[in-house]
Order: sequence, then C-alpha cells, then structure tokens
Amino acid sequence: MRHVLPVLAVVAAIIVAWYGAAAWMNSQWTLDQAAREGRELTIVDIVNDTMVQERPKLPAPHQVGAELWKTVVATRPGSKRSLLWHGWVTLSATAAGFGIGTVAGLLLAVGIVHSRAMDLSVMPWAVASQTIPVLAIAPMVIVVLNSVGVSGLLPKAVIAGWLSFFPVVVGMVKGLRAPEPMQLDQMATWNASRGQLFWKLRLPASMPWLFASLKVAVAAALVGTIVGELPAGATSGLGARLLSGSYYGQTVQIWAALVAAAVLAAGLVALVAATERLVLGRMGMRR
Amino acid sequence: MSWLLAAAVVWAGCTWAALRIARGPLSRRRAGQVAVAALFGATVLVLWEGVVRGLAVSPVILPPPSAIAATFAGALPVLWGDFVQTILKGALSGWAIGCGAAVATAIAIDRSDFLKRGLLPVGSFMAALPIVGVAPILVMWFGFDWQSKAAVVVVMVYFPVLVNAVAGLGQTDRLACDQMATWGASWAQGLWKLRLPAALPFIFNGLKIASTLALIGAIVAEFFGSPTRGMGFRISTEVGRLALDMVWAEIWVAALAGSGFYGALALIERALTFWHPAQRARG
Repeated sequence: MRHVLPVLAVVAAIIVAWYGAAAWMNSQWTLDQAAREGRELTIVDIVNDTMVQERPKLPAPHQVGAELWKTVVATRPGSKRSLLWHGWVTLSATAAGFGIGTVAGLLLAVGIVHSRAMDLSVMPWAVASQTIPVLAIAPMVIVVLNSVGVSGLLPKAVIAGWLSFFPVVVGMVKGLRAPEPMQLDQMATWNASRGQLFWKLRLPASMPWLFASLKVAVAAALVGTIVGELPAGATSGLGARLLSGSYYGQTVQIWAALVAAAVLAAGLVALVAATERLVLGRMGMRR
Repeated sequence: MSWLLAAAVVWAGCTWAALRIARGPLSRRRAGQVAVAALFGATVLVLWEGVVRGLAVSPVILPPPSAIAATFAGALPVLWGDFVQTILKGALSGWAIGCGAAVATAIAIDRSDFLKRGLLPVGSFMAALPIVGVAPILVMWFGFDWQSKAAVVVVMVYFPVLVNAVAGLGQTDRLACDQMATWGASWAQGLWKLRLPAALPFIFNGLKIASTLALIGAIVAEFFGSPTRGMGFRISTEVGRLALDMVWAEIWVAALAGSGFYGALALIERALTFWHPAQRARG
C-alpha cells in the first residue's frame, strides 16, 4: 500500500503532461486552419479544438479512450474492426511462440547442464546471441515461410519463440546450476541417480530462475509477434493496426493499438507472476 | 549428394573433436573452451553450406554462407552507409541521450523517497511494454531521417536504465554514507566519490541491456519509413526483392555491431569497476 499514493501521483502527472502536450502539439494545426479562414481564436477555443481533432499529432487521452471503447466494447468481437479480434490474433501467436520457445529452451538447458561438450559449444553462442538484434530477421522469416507455403499464425510464432528461447536457456542453465556443492554432495551421499538428482534437487532449485526468465521471455515474445505482423500484407494483429495507422495517418488508431499492446504485455507478465507466486508458494519457497 | 556427405563427415569429425576436448584436461583451459565454441560455430556453417548445396535449396529461401560472404564483401560501401545511418546516427545518438537522461533522472529523484516509490513501479511497468510500437508515432513527429530513429531509441532505453540506476544508487552502504557525512562531504562529493561508483555495476547492467534495445529500436523504426539507406530499410526492401543474401549480409552487420557494442561496454565496465567482487573473481 506504501506505493499506491506515489504511483497515483506519478500517473496523474503523466496524464496532465499528456493533455498539456496534446494541446501544445495540436495547436499549430488549429491556428493554421483559423488563419486560413481569417478567424480570430481565443485560448479557450484553441484548447477546445486541440482535444477533438480528427487526426491530431498527439491524441488526448480521452480520444484514445473513446477509440478503445468503440473498437473493444461497441464492436462485435468477431469483426475485423474489433480491437479484441486483433488482440486475440496477436495473443494467440505470442502464446504459441512462448510455448515453443520455453519448451525448446528448457530442453537445451537440461542438455547443457548434463553435457560438458554442449555447455562448451552452445553456451557461448547462446550468450552472445542475446547481444544481437535478432528482431531484424523478422521480416525475412515471415516472407521466407510464406514462400514455402507456411502462413498465418506459425511464422509469427516462430519469431516469438526464437526471441523467448534464449532468455529461457540462459536463465535455466543458471537455475539448474543453482544448488550448492554441499547439496550436491548430500545427494551423492544418498547415492542419488542422475535422474533423482535432476528431479529432486536441480529442477526444484531452478524454479525462481525459471520464472524470472519467463517474465523476460513473454515480454520478448509479444514484441516479436508485433514486429512479425509489420511486413507488408499482414492485415490482422496489433502490429498490422500500427502499420495501417501509420500509413493512413490515423494517430488515434495507433495509440489505441499501443494501449492494447501495453495491456496485453502487462496481463501476460502478471499471469507469469501469479503462476510464480502460486508455484513457489506451494513449494514453500515464497519470499 | 557429395555435399551432404562432406557436411556429415565434417559434422561427425567436429563432434568427435569437441567431445575429446570437452572430456579431456583441455576443457579447464581457456584455449580449449574457445576451441570447442569455435568448432561448434564452424560446424553450423559447414552444415548450412552442405545442406543448402546438397539439397539444392533455392537461394530465395536460404542462401549458403559462401554466397552471403561474397555479397558481404561485394557490397561493403552500401553496408557501411547503412551502418553509419542506422547504428552510428540512429542507435548511438539515441542511446547516449536516453541513457544520459535516465541516469540524470535517477540522480534527481534519488533524494525524494516519494518520487522513487512512485516512479519505480511505473518505470518497471514501462520497461516490460512493447515500446517499439511507438515507432510509427515518432516517425510521424520527427520525420523519416535518423532523428526519429534516435527518438525511438531514447524512449526504449530510458526506462530499463532508469530502473537499474535507481536500484544502483540505493546500493550504497549505510555505514559508508555516514562516514562521508562525518568527513563533512557535500552532497555532490558524496554522489561523485561514493554513490555513483557504487552504483556503476547496476548502471552498466542497464547500459548493456540498452545497447541491444538501441539496435532493435533503430532497425525496427526504419520499417515505418526511412530515407533510402539504413539497415532496416535495406532489410525490408531486399526481402521484398527476395535478395536474401543481401538481407543476411545486413544481419551479419547487425550481429557484428551488436556484439561489438556490447563487448566495448563490457571492457569499459571492467576498467571502471575493477574493485567489484564480480570483476575480481575472474582473476
């Protein structure tokens, strides 16, 4: 509760600054219009006009809210104009990619921890790959997979999976190595097999690391999906809404899609965090 | 067929050599570790070349590494121009402005507990958002040239660096602060001589995360509009022409720039935080 008041204050300050910036940035257009028609405007007229423009440079928060209301609540969910539908397209590709990336990452991490050769050969590349802007290959993946006849959800899921794969590998390798030498010695004293060592010590000990990297991975998967929806031809998904908005100068639509993406990201991270609390709580590791 | 066979032979040979090194005493030495990693990289390249040639995969699906290397060498002036436009002008300037602003903000809000408690949750929330989505808006505001790319990068790197810098400034030992007060140190002296150095490991962590984000932001922002040069522009147009060898060459440039940027930061970090246990442990 300590945080509620300060956070509310900061959010309020952001909204006030947003309104101020909207009035300031949109006023030029209003002034130009008035000058062309030879009208005189008072400050109140200018501010009023900047809040209701059709294509403002920076839409005011309530305009974005109205657009969200129109496309989320007032439109039939199945229709192509519904933001819910676009959000669902993005969410499903993100979830599929996140699943693929997580499972593949877990498997590779288990391999790396158990094989010295894999550790030495793959791990440096996995770490180095995190410094590379992998997202740059997104358009190529989409087009190439399209040209071999794979389209729709899968190409986007591949990009999302690729982006969520490496955080999971790096985090899980750390996590599976988290048990201290003393604990490993204890398991050896009990004559534990490799399987028992894995299931009863390494895997439980790695859970905090797993969830930390899953939070990074799910955010990365969403970014991957949105960028995967950018290349020409995409007509559905939040990324496509961003692109078409930027083509036709529909700033309100862009901001609405952005807010939707933010809500989606926050929801996904919160979901992982809730699972984390549940799992760690059941395991008695709650901090 | 002979390509596939040759690739398989090289694969088997490299695997055998890697296993030998990994199980032997060499695996404890730096040279052995580098050798295994290099062997793995080489194997991937040879397998890629062999499979693409052996199965006659069309170059519009996956060009062989040799063709990519040839394109890379042949198109050096173009690649250099794109590198300057995207990395040096867009990403680096945005990175410097964004990180500078974030550290300055962290120092400014560090004295107010109220602001810290308010801004930190908002900052970590923003750091998890797909901020790259603001690219179309900023391209509209700042035009097609590198200024809009730098603006995207500023917004992308600001929050991760801010969160890390605030966490770092909170790391100072209470005892050390009291000691500074005993010596009658001013706020600026305390900041410069104690708190900022103590925060450096965290700040560098933020800077390193930001270095990757900066490249992503600069490249993706070009998908929304750019002058007729730049890595993002080249990637999207060459993909459209199905000239995938050029796309891969750009990806290599991106990979080199990304790891070079990160490596340079790691070197600076080592020079500046030599006193930190994480650095000393390496010996």
